[in-house]
Amino acid sequence: MEMKLAEESYLTDDFLRQLINVGEVDILVGLPTHNNAKTIGSIVHTIQSGILRGFPRERAVIVNADGGSRDGTPELVTGVSIDDVRPASNLYALRTLHSISTKYASSPASGVAFRTILAAAELLRARACVVMSPESANIEPEWLSKLLRPIYRDGFDLVTPTYRRHKFEGLLITNLLYPMTRALYGLRIREAYSPEFGFSGRLASQFLGQNVWNDGTDGDGVGLRFTLAAITGRYRICQSFLGEKDRVERHAADLVPALRQTVGALFSVLEPDFPVWSAVAGSQPAPTTGADQEVLLEPLRVNRKRLREMFSTGVAELESVFQSILSPSTLAELQRIARLGEEEFHYPAELWVRTVYEFAASYQKSVISRDHIVQALAPLFRGRAFTFLMENRNASADDVENNIEGLCLEFERLKPYLLQLWTSRE
Amino acid sequence: MREMIISELSQALHEIARGFAHYLPRIIVMLILAFVGWVIAYVAKAVLRSTLRLIKFDKLSENAGASQLLTKAALPSATEMLSRFVFWVTWLGFILLGVRVLGILGLQEQIATFFLFLPRLFVAMFILFFGLLAASFFSRAALLAAVNANVPSPRVLSRAVRSIIIVFVLSIVFEELGLAEQTMLVAFGIAFGALMLGLAIAFGMGGRDLARRFLEKRFVRGKKEENEDELSPL
Repeated sequence: MEMKLAEESYLTDDFLRQLINVGEVDILVGLPTHNNAKTIGSIVHTIQSGILRGFPRERAVIVNADGGSRDGTPELVTGVSIDDVRPASNLYALRTLHSISTKYASSPASGVAFRTILAAAELLRARACVVMSPESANIEPEWLSKLLRPIYRDGFDLVTPTYRRHKFEGLLITNLLYPMTRALYGLRIREAYSPEFGFSGRLASQFLGQNVWNDGTDGDGVGLRFTLAAITGRYRICQSFLGEKDRVERHAADLVPALRQTVGALFSVLEPDFPVWSAVAGSQPAPTTGADQEVLLEPLRVNRKRLREMFSTGVAELESVFQSILSPSTLAELQRIARLGEEEFHYPAELWVRTVYEFAASYQKSVISRDHIVQALAPLFRGRAFTFLMENRNASADDVENNIEGLCLEFERLKPYLLQLWTSRE
Repeated sequence: MREMIISELSQALHEIARGFAHYLPRIIVMLILAFVGWVIAYVAKAVLRSTLRLIKFDKLSENAGASQLLTKAALPSATEMLSRFVFWVTWLGFILLGVRVLGILGLQEQIATFFLFLPRLFVAMFILFFGLLAASFFSRAALLAAVNANVPSPRVLSRAVRSIIIVFVLSIVFEELGLAEQTMLVAFGIAFGALMLGLAIAFGMGGRDLARRFLEKRFVRGKKEENEDELSPL
């Protein structure tokens, strides 16, 4: 324990004292927060209810890693009494349920928050852990059991969620993240980057010891790196269907941070993981509890025109940037489709896959600043999103799934092209 | 009379011969220094060229935008330019050392000035190169940010950023070289002021809508953004 304490010197003395008071636990629930006072109370209630229902005999703790909230979020987490849950649900815990909190920094950093949670899990020797999002408005008590049970009872090391989503939600996941991780790492994980996931104590310890914390990114996309580390480390991984995912309205400006957290993180691990992914061919399904994916089809107002316009503007204005990243044939093809009208516009799957692979290879070779490469992908993604919207305008759930599957197979088919780009000197 | 002329001539010839004999070892030393300098400069050029090729300096120079400038001026690559520069500076340094050995009065001071100028020249080149690199980086960052924020005329914004940085860098370079300091200071002031005024007018005339949208978005609560994607990428 002393040696461990020395290792975890980035934890504050106060937090270490809280951890010592808690002692060893079976279940750890990590809750990274930053100014979440509006939602955190109900989420902590739901978590407590989930623990009482699913794990009444286990020793459990809620660990809040706060990024400098100014609205009293940590106090709300530690102040929520389990007695508030009992009368409503008639549930009783046989063990004390602890809630502890630490402020890891004065500004939020997802990587530091996750590292704090992993360190707490290691020090408390937690068998099964889960990270919950402080923003999910529709979180259910059952989500805890669904994410923890495969680890606690069935010996899995990582449980990623699957959701019921609208067919046009999560386009970055369906058009890039899922197909590319599947093609490269050979495992079909739908949500490799998610705010909710479960993991074993041994995976937490292994990842904590990896050299991923001091790369100057503040841990952008650490969740994705964690999933990929579990795949490359040959840990047991499964998926669990949770339910409907919260629909979050986003602005155009949110795309670049999302690209940094996902695509940037994926591109950055491709270099160290090259021996693993270069040897993988095809893909295998991951064991899944519940539905693999459920698709909602209700009408949704989407500004398609703007997506196409931003694509065309981006291709025209960023020509000098794309000349450094893309091959002349890919750039010429993009310039051709950028001139097409809304009705004729089509960004085919093969061209999209070539684009993404050329971006990945350029990222590895650092042809320009790596962050600029990730940013330059944003207008092209908008073009691909436009085509996806048009192709699936009247599609049924099965049609949407077939189209995503077709794109995944295209990523797998063109993997030799990425390998060729990767190993070429130019 | 004839004997006098012969005597004067022979005396002059003696003096020339004495002078030549006096300078001959120095000339030989100068020639040796020039030859040794040429060999050292050639080796330095070859080593530098190989090192720069190894670290892909041309790629860095391309990213900095320096290669494009060189191509437009029909000059060789950045690696070749820097190698040749080092070759000529090294060789010239040795030649001037040789000239110094000759002990010609008046030249000594000029040679000393040249050697004192060399560090400033290197610092100026260093500032110029990294200044161009910074200009390229920040102009591309501005271009990407403007395109992704759907700001009108992103290339104008990017060029403005590049121009401001290059003007700033050039003024530092000229100041470091000590060339026309006053002129450069005034020119920089005028150019920078004109650029800022131009940008202010351009923003005022052309960016009224942009400014209005920005201010509305920043201060008017409750007004729904018309240009939302309304799609979560994640």
